[in-house]
Amino acid sequence: MVSAVIAKDLHKYFKDQLAVKNISFSIEEGETFGFLGPNGAGKTTTMRMIQCVSPISRGKLEIMGMDTTKYHREIKSFMGVVPQENNLDGDFTVYENLLVYSRYFDIPRGEADKRIDELLDFVHLLEKRDVMTESLSGGMKRRLVLARALINRPRILILDEPTVGLDPQARHMIWEKLRSLKRQGVTIVITSHYLDEVEKLCDRLVVMDYGKILVQGTPGGVIERFIGSNIIEAENDPAILECLKQKDASYEIMGDIVHIYAANTAEISEYLLMECSFPKITARPATLEDVFLKLTGRRLRE
Amino acid sequence: MNIQGYLKIPSISIRAFKVWQRNRDVFMKDIKLNFLPPLLEPMLYLIALGFGLGKFVESINGVPYVVFIAPALIAVSVMYASFFECSYGSYVRMYYQKIFDAIVATPLTIDDVIAGELLWGATRSMINASIMVPVIGIFGLIDLKYSLLIIPFAFFGGLLFAAIGMCFAAVTPNIMSINYPVLLFITPMFLFSGTFFPIDVLPLPVQYFATAFLPLTHIVNVIRSLAFGVIDSSLLFGIIWVLIVGSILIVISINLMKRRLVV
Repeated sequence: MVSAVIAKDLHKYFKDQLAVKNISFSIEEGETFGFLGPNGAGKTTTMRMIQCVSPISRGKLEIMGMDTTKYHREIKSFMGVVPQENNLDGDFTVYENLLVYSRYFDIPRGEADKRIDELLDFVHLLEKRDVMTESLSGGMKRRLVLARALINRPRILILDEPTVGLDPQARHMIWEKLRSLKRQGVTIVITSHYLDEVEKLCDRLVVMDYGKILVQGTPGGVIERFIGSNIIEAENDPAILECLKQKDASYEIMGDIVHIYAANTAEISEYLLMECSFPKITARPATLEDVFLKLTGRRLRE
Repeated sequence: MNIQGYLKIPSISIRAFKVWQRNRDVFMKDIKLNFLPPLLEPMLYLIALGFGLGKFVESINGVPYVVFIAPALIAVSVMYASFFECSYGSYVRMYYQKIFDAIVATPLTIDDVIAGELLWGATRSMINASIMVPVIGIFGLIDLKYSLLIIPFAFFGGLLFAAIGMCFAAVTPNIMSINYPVLLFITPMFLFSGTFFPIDVLPLPVQYFATAFLPLTHIVNVIRSLAFGVIDSSLLFGIIWVLIVGSILIVISINLMKRRLVV
C-alpha cells in the first residue's frame, strides 16, 4: 500500500534561514493527520511543500508515491486546499467562483454544474448561489473555500487553520463536514491552533516547533506519554509547593496556577486536601493543550 | 539570480488559457463600461488635437495633422491597455485579491498564471484597436486597405507592453511605486515616440535613444505605416523589433514573477 504522504529528511531554507529542519513523517491513506505548533513553527511551510507550491530544499517528499519536484501538476490535480487566508475570487459570485475554479481542473461544464449544486448543498450555501462573495459572512466564506477545495473530488485535503475566527456553530459544522469526508475515504491533513479541534478530528498528529518535529503519535498516546491521563490544577501558593515537594510529586508552575501531573488523581487530591489543607483544587482530564504548552511553552519550569 | 536565471525558458502549458478566460469573464461583467474608454478617448483627442490644434499645424510631411496623429492614438491605446492591465491590474490580482495563490493550488503553475495574464493584457490591446480602427476609419483618416492588419499587430504590441507592465509589477515593493515607471517611462513615451510630432525634429542622440529604448516608437511606426498603406522595409524592421524584444521581455517578466512568488 502506498502512503498518502511520505516525507524523509525534509528541509526548507528561506535564503539563509532554515525554516524546516530535517523532518520525517508519513501519512496513510484515509487518515486524518494534524500538525500542531506555535506560530513560526514551520507548519504552513510544510503544508506549502506538500501542496507543491513551495519547492523543497533538501530531502524527499512523495505524495501518493509521486515525487513533488517532478509530478506537481499530477499531484495538484487530486489535492484540495483550504488555505489559511480566504482567497475567494471577489470579482465573482458564489457559483461563478466554483465554476471558474473547476475550469482550472479541466472539469467539463456539465459535470462542473452538477458538482457545484452538490457541493453548495453539502456546505449549505445553495440559497447564496448568486451572491457576490464579498457579502458572505466569515463562516460562509470558509464553507465556500471548503466547497471550492472539493470541486476536483480530492483524495487528499489540506486544511490550514480551517476554523480560525469562526463562531462555535460554524466550527461544528466544518468539523461535521470533515468527518463526513473522512468516512468517504479522503485523507485529511490539518493544521490548527485549536487543540480541541485536532484532538477531536485527528487520528495522528505531530507537534512542531522551531522547524522540528518534537513528537508524533495519536492524540491519546501523546497525552498519555507527556502528561498522564489527568491533571490537577491548584493555585500557585508557596505552601502548596512545599507540600508537593515533600510528596515528591511532578508538577509545573503556569503563572498563577500549578499543574500537578498524576496517574492517580484521587490519591494526590486526597493528599493535598488532607495534608496541605488546601481547598481550591480541580482535577480534570489532560488535553492536547497541556502537551502543547509543556512542549512549546516559554515559561518557568521546575 | 544571474542572467541565465532571468532568461530561463518558462514551462507554459495550454492551461494558461484558463487564466485568460477568468480575466475575460470579469471583463465581460462590465462590458459596457469597458468599451467606453477606447471608444471615447480617441474621439476626444482627434477633436482637440486633430481638428483644434490641426488648424494651426496644418500638415506634417505633407500629411494633414489629424491624419498624422490618428494612427498614433491607436498605438498609445495599445500601450496603455496592456501596460495598465499587467501592472496595476495584475498587482491587484496578485497582492490584494490573492488570485494567483488560489490558482497555483490547482494543476496550473505560476508560469501558466503569468502567461495567461500577459495574453489577457495583449487581448485588451487588441480589443481597443478593434474598436478604434473602425471609429477612425469612419472619420476617413486611415487607408482601409491595410488597416485591418493593425488589429492582429496590436496583439503582439500589446504582449510587449504587458510584459513591461508585469516586470514592474514583479519588482515593485507596493502599488504606489508603480507610479514611477508610469511617470518616468510611459508618459515620456506617450509624448516622444513620434506620436504627436515626428522624432526627426529631436536631437540625434534623443532619436537614437527613442529607437533603442522606447518601444512605442516602433509600435507607432508600424501602425502608421499600415494606416497610411505604406508597405516597406521599415515596417518589417518594426515588426521584428517588437516580436524579438517582446519575447525576451515575456521570459524575463515570468522569471521575475517566479522569483517574487515561488518561495
